[in-house]
Amino acid sequence: MADTASAPIRSTLDTVAVAAGDPDRQQPWSELGLKADEYERIREILGRRPTGAELAMYSVMWSEHCSYKSSKVHLKQFGELAQETPIGPMLAGIGENAGVIDIGQGYAVSFKVESHNHPSYVEPYQGAATGVGGIVRDIIAMGARPIAVMDPLRFGPLDADDTHRVLPGIVAGVGGYGNCLGLPNIGGEAVFDETYLGNPLVNALCVGVLRHEDLHLAKASGEGNLVVLYGARTGGDGIGGVSVLASETFDADGPAKRPSVQVGDPFMEKLLIECTLELFRAGVVAGIQDLGGAGLSCATSELASAGDGGMLVHLDKVPLRDSTLSPEEILMSESQERMMAIVEPDDIAAFLAITTKWDVEASVIGEVTETGRLVIDWHGETVVDVPPRTVAHDGPVYERPFARPEWQDALQADGAEKLARPTTGDELRATLLQLVASPNLCDKSWITDQYDRYVQGNTVLAQPADSGMVRVDEETHLGVSVATDCNGRFAKLDPYAGAQLALAEAYRNVATGGAVPLAVSDCLNFGSPEDTDVMWQFAEACRGLKDACAELGIPVTGGNVSLYNQTGETAILPTPVVAVLGVIEDVRRRTPSAFQGADERIVLLGTTREELSGSEWAKVAHDHLGGLPPKVDLRAERNLARLLKDLVGIATSAHDLSDGGLAQALAEAAMVSGIGARVSLEGDAFVGLYAESAGRALVTVDAGDLDELRALCARHDVPLTELGTTGGEVLAVEGQFEVPLAELRAAWTATLPNALG
Amino acid sequence: MKIGVVTFPGSLDDVDAQRAVRIGGNEAVALWHGDADLKGVDAVILPGGFSYGDYLRCGAISRFAPAMGKVVEAARAGMPVLGICNGFQILCESHLLPGALIRNDHRKFVCRDQLLRIENNRTAWTSAYDQGQEIRVVLKNGEGGFVADTETLARIEGEGQVVARYLEVNPNGSLNDIAGVTNERGNVVGLMPHPEHAVEELTGSGLDGLGFFTSLVEGAFA
Repeated sequence: MADTASAPIRSTLDTVAVAAGDPDRQQPWSELGLKADEYERIREILGRRPTGAELAMYSVMWSEHCSYKSSKVHLKQFGELAQETPIGPMLAGIGENAGVIDIGQGYAVSFKVESHNHPSYVEPYQGAATGVGGIVRDIIAMGARPIAVMDPLRFGPLDADDTHRVLPGIVAGVGGYGNCLGLPNIGGEAVFDETYLGNPLVNALCVGVLRHEDLHLAKASGEGNLVVLYGARTGGDGIGGVSVLASETFDADGPAKRPSVQVGDPFMEKLLIECTLELFRAGVVAGIQDLGGAGLSCATSELASAGDGGMLVHLDKVPLRDSTLSPEEILMSESQERMMAIVEPDDIAAFLAITTKWDVEASVIGEVTETGRLVIDWHGETVVDVPPRTVAHDGPVYERPFARPEWQDALQADGAEKLARPTTGDELRATLLQLVASPNLCDKSWITDQYDRYVQGNTVLAQPADSGMVRVDEETHLGVSVATDCNGRFAKLDPYAGAQLALAEAYRNVATGGAVPLAVSDCLNFGSPEDTDVMWQFAEACRGLKDACAELGIPVTGGNVSLYNQTGETAILPTPVVAVLGVIEDVRRRTPSAFQGADERIVLLGTTREELSGSEWAKVAHDHLGGLPPKVDLRAERNLARLLKDLVGIATSAHDLSDGGLAQALAEAAMVSGIGARVSLEGDAFVGLYAESAGRALVTVDAGDLDELRALCARHDVPLTELGTTGGEVLAVEGQFEVPLAELRAAWTATLPNALG
Repeated sequence: MKIGVVTFPGSLDDVDAQRAVRIGGNEAVALWHGDADLKGVDAVILPGGFSYGDYLRCGAISRFAPAMGKVVEAARAGMPVLGICNGFQILCESHLLPGALIRNDHRKFVCRDQLLRIENNRTAWTSAYDQGQEIRVVLKNGEGGFVADTETLARIEGEGQVVARYLEVNPNGSLNDIAGVTNERGNVVGLMPHPEHAVEELTGSGLDGLGFFTSLVEGAFA
């Protein structure tokens, strides 16, 4: 072979020829996370034992994180939903790097939410930072310019030592990376629950915008086209990250896997964004894929199997940060900030001129072939020769057993409605102050002030608004809105309903700003799939989400599954985080969520029921979780969303009711604006204030617009209740209590700074 | 007037600064760090961001960009130059402005709507404001703590070189609550807060930043 003279082959190199001649060699398949039957299947596929490099590729690609082997059978139902949004076709869906939907005026939007949970537990700053980096590259790979990020986070109790270890690092990591990329962080969540102690959740969402004609797909086609790797050099970081970290439960010994977490370089990623967008504009990209989990193993096998031929890769041409890396390690490395493009030979000079302009290193490492096989060589010797589809898509599929937990009935029978309630005005007042100061309801500025929410100059709504909203076009004022939500307590009580309530809340949050909800991305965070209880929660949540999407007429465009979020026997609350994206034709007409002026009428939309199980009140006042979650009424949610759209320009503010009920919504609308409110409640004031019934929103209108509001409510079949009037410097509930806004605000804002410094 | 905005690798608020220039009624010209060519502009803005990732001292690499050679030359000849956030850091590294910027005293990145007082309305970039005017402008930085040795600090205070001061909260530990400074001539201004994010009702902290983009008067500092 030609190259061997200049590059000495190490005697240990496990080539395809060696593997064929040495069929019985012991291989470390178990250490790489493969099961015995999986290893046997690889041998069957290849008709021989795999080489070390092949084994590395299969092990990472067949890991839970990459292959979705436990979740696939449940996820496939999302593909049964109509592949269109209320206003247009889905341009790319599940299976692509990220979903893409039409938003009108020739624009499309790509968005996706993904998890980076386990790495963030092991190394909070880098785990969270590279979580942002990974989702941003998914969006770029579709041809879109990233325009915003959001981060739904879950932590253990605020007063736990480990929360103080992980939270500051995770928040600094999300901010450190996203801020350096120039992406506004426009919202997210921060939720505390003891089940997340030792299993924090770091989900990261990115939204990007593109013109329809700029859509790019991940496939390698056209014999002779070149395979170009560009961006950061490949190092030893993150080797085995997916198979070892994301697919195994932490044991009680805690983190000992630090070397597997990747290290992020946001400056390189910023260059990659600008460089890649310029490559797209120049028309020199025939196919593209980002390198994330499973690195080159994933990019080469996915690109090749999505194309119409095969691929030949010269692995020794990969620029390395560490020259001692073996072929196996190069294939498994999860070094960040790398992309792979397929480029026609005639375009390569223009391609390399652009990467040079941006100081981004690029190397031609291979070409598209007609062989139908993915062949990888190392200094002229073949170390991988596989059908690419078997690596990328034909991984194992498990029908994991699942069963309704034995404890589910007892849990559901233990409702919070029977718990002792505050009865007097003074007790209700104390409850309000206690709840606004509780970790889940308190002001999150300590976190969100570490994120740049203004960069790019298009942020119309950001935290603490119900949804994030960004302008897409400065001339036409077209914009998009995103919200992410999930109440894991509801999902624990009933995972089917819990997933639907998560969707309903995100859908409602988008609608309150005046946008039309269009599509869903989900990040399904659960415990171990090997536990039949957890697997039942997962199956139920998927079924619930799919049924609710069908009823609301919005598709699931993609997402991510994170399993094994458990420490020992304790699984996290089932946490199907749902992101809903909506479109608004004119962002200038968006409805803000805080009060806008005095003497406006405050009106509650929707129906309040005596629903207290799973509520924040039950958690804070009684540390209680039991009963049935609030009723799901998707027809009512849809009617409310349509009403809120028609209220654009009429409602001066609109605020979703969710955690903490009416009391929290009133308090937030007042505290954020500094405008008080005086309301009176018919019936049980406690239920009125703290029930967490879904399908509700608080709106304000000028007195002169009340008749129009009533007429619109009648048209959309949404019940309304007039509550009172804005103004003054207190929040007052007639006949019950008054709280000065200053006192309320002091309680609301003190919690995180007091706990975290 | 033609106002150039230099894009360095890692600049983030360059497009935002260009927009603010246009909203201020001027023509925005994109300048590239690698080109030693100011394209005939009348003034230059160095925008915010994390040039070169801020991996070395903020602004320490960008000061050596080919475009910066021209900027320094032009600034010394009187051309108005505004550095915002990372741009302020670059101007200090280039010795066009006194002092330096270090990590925030609380060690966290901070993003907030910040109240400022204009302390000097006689610079090229602040003449649209009243002396002592209070404005609310977006602030976002990780290394915005203004420091200078005692002698320098006394001099810039004495000479009226403090352009803006933080009110209500000192967000980063800056000495004397200093948010921005100017050179002796008043043509070069560095500001840690981001006036380009306060030029539209809808998207920032109001309209209070617009004055920085309407102050330039043709030939005033030439």
